[in-house]
Amino acid sequence: MTLLAAFEAQHLVTLSKVDLLIVIFYFALVLAIGFYLKNRANTAEDFFMAGRDMTAWVAGLSFLSANLGALELMGWAGSAYQYGILATHWYWIGAIPAMLFLALVMMPFYYISKTHSVPGYLKLRFGEPARAVSAVSFGLMTVLMSGVNMFAMAKVMQLVLGWDINVSIWLSAGTVAIYVALGGLRSAIFNEVLQFFLIWAGALLIPILGLYEAGGWHNLKILIAQRASDQYVHLWASLGSFSDNPMGINWFGIIFGLGAVISMGYWTTDFLVVQRILSAKDLRSAEMAPIIGAGFKMFVPLIVILPGLLGLGLLPEKLVPESMAAATGAHSYNDVLPLMLARYCGPGLLGLGITALIAGFMSGMAGNVTAFTTVWTYDIYRPLINSKGADHHYVNMGRWTTVIGVLISVGTAYLVMQFASIMDYVQALFSFFIAPLFGTVVLGMLWKRATGLGGFLGLLCGTVSSIGMWAWVKVDPSALRYVAMSSHAKALAQDMFQALWSFLICVIVTVVVSMATKPKSDAELNGLVYGLTKVPSVGEVAFYEKPLFWAGVVTLVFFGLNFYFW
Amino acid sequence: MISIWFFIGVSLLVNGLLILGAGLYEQSHPPAHPVVLFSLHASTWWGAILSLVGLIYCVVYRPGKKSAH
Repeated sequence: MTLLAAFEAQHLVTLSKVDLLIVIFYFALVLAIGFYLKNRANTAEDFFMAGRDMTAWVAGLSFLSANLGALELMGWAGSAYQYGILATHWYWIGAIPAMLFLALVMMPFYYISKTHSVPGYLKLRFGEPARAVSAVSFGLMTVLMSGVNMFAMAKVMQLVLGWDINVSIWLSAGTVAIYVALGGLRSAIFNEVLQFFLIWAGALLIPILGLYEAGGWHNLKILIAQRASDQYVHLWASLGSFSDNPMGINWFGIIFGLGAVISMGYWTTDFLVVQRILSAKDLRSAEMAPIIGAGFKMFVPLIVILPGLLGLGLLPEKLVPESMAAATGAHSYNDVLPLMLARYCGPGLLGLGITALIAGFMSGMAGNVTAFTTVWTYDIYRPLINSKGADHHYVNMGRWTTVIGVLISVGTAYLVMQFASIMDYVQALFSFFIAPLFGTVVLGMLWKRATGLGGFLGLLCGTVSSIGMWAWVKVDPSALRYVAMSSHAKALAQDMFQALWSFLICVIVTVVVSMATKPKSDAELNGLVYGLTKVPSVGEVAFYEKPLFWAGVVTLVFFGLNFYFW
Repeated sequence: MISIWFFIGVSLLVNGLLILGAGLYEQSHPPAHPVVLFSLHASTWWGAILSLVGLIYCVVYRPGKKSAH
């Protein structure tokens, strides 16, 4: 289908000239930033690590924005419509403790070791085999995630604007490839911070106008209880058992599966987000950045979860699962955010809202591409293929890998079209790789007795067991009652428990093998393990400039929000 | 090096002015099929807020002035 024909297809809204101007201005600005930063990405340190001179605010907002991709904006708004306020757990207990743990406990080790990546830390701590497993699985995951982002964006463009799905994929892919290949991580970070502002500017009106229409939060809860159930507006009260809530999960799965394993794994070892923090200019900035990210993360549900709940309470039509939507032509859960956008936003605002969606999707994509490029160049290409290249050789490799990574992602986007549910697909990916990786990294940082063979086999067994459990339930759905410990458990509960078991298997195997093998000497572990490393002070600063103080503030707000929405 | 906050200012200012202009035009030429809560004229006041914030960022972080990024 040609570009012109794409614009003539059926769609939800029509962009006015001013909307189109806003979208075009966004693309022009991100490309301009890429071209402007081209001359500031001449060395490998510049291209892959943004020169390691980002402030805490830039690194922190980028850290958060890299995660504000397709899943955040569209998927979780859809999940809020489907599961109610329970979806907020992925923003609070499923993020805040992990971000604070990263800032205060893990970041000093990442920072002191001067590693370029998380697999790079595994190389220093456990040796080459652990890095190889981690780098290859991470590379696979990032291109799949990037494909998911592309597909999600193309779906939104198709729904809202009637744009052909192929046009959207190639337009976004081309833009990301150009600005990342030119400016490297610095370009991605600049655009992520820009996208952070656009997302808030474009999406914040939905909850403001939605709450006004509903008559406030109290009235919205009544509307939701009438149209769905009272269970949809309680964060913890309905988590006593699997059958008491629409998500089919219990408090144990949320706290230990999501809070203690999946979120810890994602926010502390997923290189996509950790890479942003590694670009910080000093240790205090590196510790403050995740705390700044956590502060804003607590309020992201305003622009993601609340629109989903507003859709549940206010939209005249009933949204349906993706599979049913495909069969009947009705709108699916994942369409709730664009539907709410179209409900309130006239010319200009609509353009900004659409731009916010595009920005969110592209930031997720760029995050995956830059992380993939770094891991490929530093953890696969340099140690395994060509270790003697000059600095500019690796910069060129980074630029080419960016383009190739984007092309692989495009291919993945077409593969993702075959899956019924975007969310379940990505959750499954998290469980495969992230949970066991967290087990390996955290043991490596906190337990000096962990050995190279123990770390490698623990990571391998954890990953294989996760894939095994997933395959078991695929082949025999009734196996879910064993994996999630209840016949009432649903898909998301499976992911939580699968992550928990794979983490435990990783830890047990690592401990058992480590106890049977010879550990490294204390001198070899200096700078890598807690207790053997002198963590530098953040400097003589006032109490309100210390990371610990702000971590305390974030913790208080976190508990306050959970109690308020209990 | 131009500060990242300047780019953000430019983005907010340009988008804000476009939205403000669209909002004012809609007030004088109401659409045949208005959005829900059209009477609140969200485009106008939201566009004005974005323009103001963008202008402040542009001035404070203009090129040539020392800043951290």
